[in-house]
Amino acid sequence: MSIVESELETLVGVNESNELEVLNNNALENEAIYILREVAAQFEKPVLLFSGGKDSITLVRLAQKAFYPAKIPFPLMHIDTGHNFPETIAFRDKLVKELGVELIVRNVQDSIDQGKVVEETGKYSSRNMLQTTTLLDAIEEFKFDACIGGARRDEEKARAKERIFSVRDDFGQWDEKNQRPELFDMLNGQIELGQNVRVFPISNWTELDVWSYIQKEQIEIPSIYFAHKRKIFLRDGFIWSAEDDVVFRAEDEKVEERMVRFRTVGDMSCTSAVLSHADTIEKVVGEIRESKISERGARIDDKRSEAAMEKRKQQGYF
Amino acid sequence: MEVLKIATAGSVDDGKSTLIGRLLYDTKSLTDDKLEAIEKTSKQKGYDYLDFSLATDGLVAEREQGITIDVAHIYFSTPNKSYIIADTPGHVEYTRNMVTGASTSQAAIILIDARKGVIEQTNRHFFINNLLRIKDVIVAINKMDLVDYSEERYNEIKADFEKLMSKRDYQDQKITFIPVSALKGDNVVNRSEKMAWYKGQTLLEHFEELDRKDIYNVGTPRFPVQYVIRPKTDEFHDFRGFAGKVYGGELSVGDEVVVLPSMTRSKIKDIYFYDKKYKTATRRSSVTITLEDEINVSRGDMLVKAGDLPTIDKQFTATVSWMDSQKLTVGGKYVVQHGVNKVLAKVENIHHKIHPDYSGIDTSITALGMNDIAQVTFRLNKPIFYDSFKNHRTNGSFILIDNQTNTTAGVGFIN
Repeated sequence: MSIVESELETLVGVNESNELEVLNNNALENEAIYILREVAAQFEKPVLLFSGGKDSITLVRLAQKAFYPAKIPFPLMHIDTGHNFPETIAFRDKLVKELGVELIVRNVQDSIDQGKVVEETGKYSSRNMLQTTTLLDAIEEFKFDACIGGARRDEEKARAKERIFSVRDDFGQWDEKNQRPELFDMLNGQIELGQNVRVFPISNWTELDVWSYIQKEQIEIPSIYFAHKRKIFLRDGFIWSAEDDVVFRAEDEKVEERMVRFRTVGDMSCTSAVLSHADTIEKVVGEIRESKISERGARIDDKRSEAAMEKRKQQGYF
Repeated sequence: MEVLKIATAGSVDDGKSTLIGRLLYDTKSLTDDKLEAIEKTSKQKGYDYLDFSLATDGLVAEREQGITIDVAHIYFSTPNKSYIIADTPGHVEYTRNMVTGASTSQAAIILIDARKGVIEQTNRHFFINNLLRIKDVIVAINKMDLVDYSEERYNEIKADFEKLMSKRDYQDQKITFIPVSALKGDNVVNRSEKMAWYKGQTLLEHFEELDRKDIYNVGTPRFPVQYVIRPKTDEFHDFRGFAGKVYGGELSVGDEVVVLPSMTRSKIKDIYFYDKKYKTATRRSSVTITLEDEINVSRGDMLVKAGDLPTIDKQFTATVSWMDSQKLTVGGKYVVQHGVNKVLAKVENIHHKIHPDYSGIDTSITALGMNDIAQVTFRLNKPIFYDSFKNHRTNGSFILIDNQTNTTAGVGFIN
């Protein structure tokens, strides 16, 4: 008889009172924990890139699970565009305090002030692209050799080809035609000095997987993910926040108040809202299940051209 | 939710991307904005049908050339299961991508163009799925609409494929034939009205009804230690936990274990998953294990049950699939990564190259080029603890890393 071990299995546990307990059926969670442990073991200076969004919050929970009862053995780093939703920043600071881990913040504004990047202007201006320079500078400053991120393959077509350990050269560039094959569970983190690896532990999760996990684990997330009353205006069929002066608004773009929530919490200048009455995690999961617009459909920077994401990635974008 | 990963293989123009697009469309997995983009581009190109392949062909270069050049992952789900499709290209020069996609899959689809029948490419696709010991394989005979949905043609192709099956090494592989038209949607998700003669399941029905036991066998537990957890806090002052994933069978509290390579014996004290203790950890769970005795265990060591030892040796022979443009030669030195363990290895002998189209072997070769498959013997600088690949997919496989370029240059399946 051949003995082939399972690829994806249930973790069935019997707790101490001897009652049979199915802990979870989450193959994706087991895979992510395995990947995070490989990062801690294979690299000298890893960092977890934390945006305050649901994917990076999920990563933090997975890292807690991977290393319990020890603390997460790497710092978190936030590349701050200065265009964050205030709710996200408050949430970030609270979480870091609870975890007792180090938080590094590097600001896009500093890169602008130093003349390294030039702020975009006009109707579709955004700081999303500018993050790349600040990120690469921070990697060099701290000599990080592995940057853990919450990107998922289902987000976008070019991401679907991304490896779990994705090697970047000294310039942070992604060479998509020359990627290392990844076989079975084995992750090859061998790199040269100056190179670094972007690590994506939740590569194989879908948006719904992340939301279901947040629900099941009762993970706290920033309030802007839930339906709330907000001053907004409409442009090109997208809903933009009009509460802060980050998003450029023309005189003739009318402000109205609506119940909305955000599906991603990127740079405010390129993150649009959706109309929603889902004010609890149960209702949000229900909405996602029914949803007919993909998550990145709400991000204007991908719409610029069909190959937008691939181009940004080649330049070192996360 | 159960997750099933499926590898797809087909030649250029077999309609693989169309099949995947059809699966997404008929399971209502394509979102409005994606569908809109497909409609827009199909119209621009002047097609009178929806070009579903646009849903999967990701990179700009691929869109320009109209071919798939790397492994792409596509996700969809039914209320019953989550599916991940590893879309791997089928041209001759991309054996490496097919091996890569198949290595993490539990099921596979081999596509055949009903007009062309079994071709040399089909042999290769079947060979690789069999080499990787994928337990469940679907042979989808596509473009049935172009052969008038002919049962006779279907039976002809099936008979040709069955001849191939007698040559396979892994005989337990389960093979199912399904006649489909990806373009028209016959037998992919919905049953075909045009092929009433076919009484079997549709492609999706087949996967929906696959049971765990159809894809996995019970095995023997291997626990490679990934990371040692030492919190050094007041509460967990003396805690030494061994973090890793259970491969094969299961491990329970109280099990007598042997730590390799030191051969020290101990018993499992606790099994943690996050902050809870469990009595048993089954296959593929990422847990943390503590032992009754204070013994030295580090990354790369392995916990196995006493009386169930793997082979411990400094030499092994394996089927190697070479993936690098730099050739593998006798005397060449590489890093062998076996699970999480790394050792230095030297190529002792290249026995023969295996033609992946079942046309035999070649004993005259002295080096392996990209996409070659061969029997190779390695000598190691220290022993590793392995099983044969046919008994243990994880503990019987390894990758070869080129120390100069750091790239993953090949993969091996131990005899």
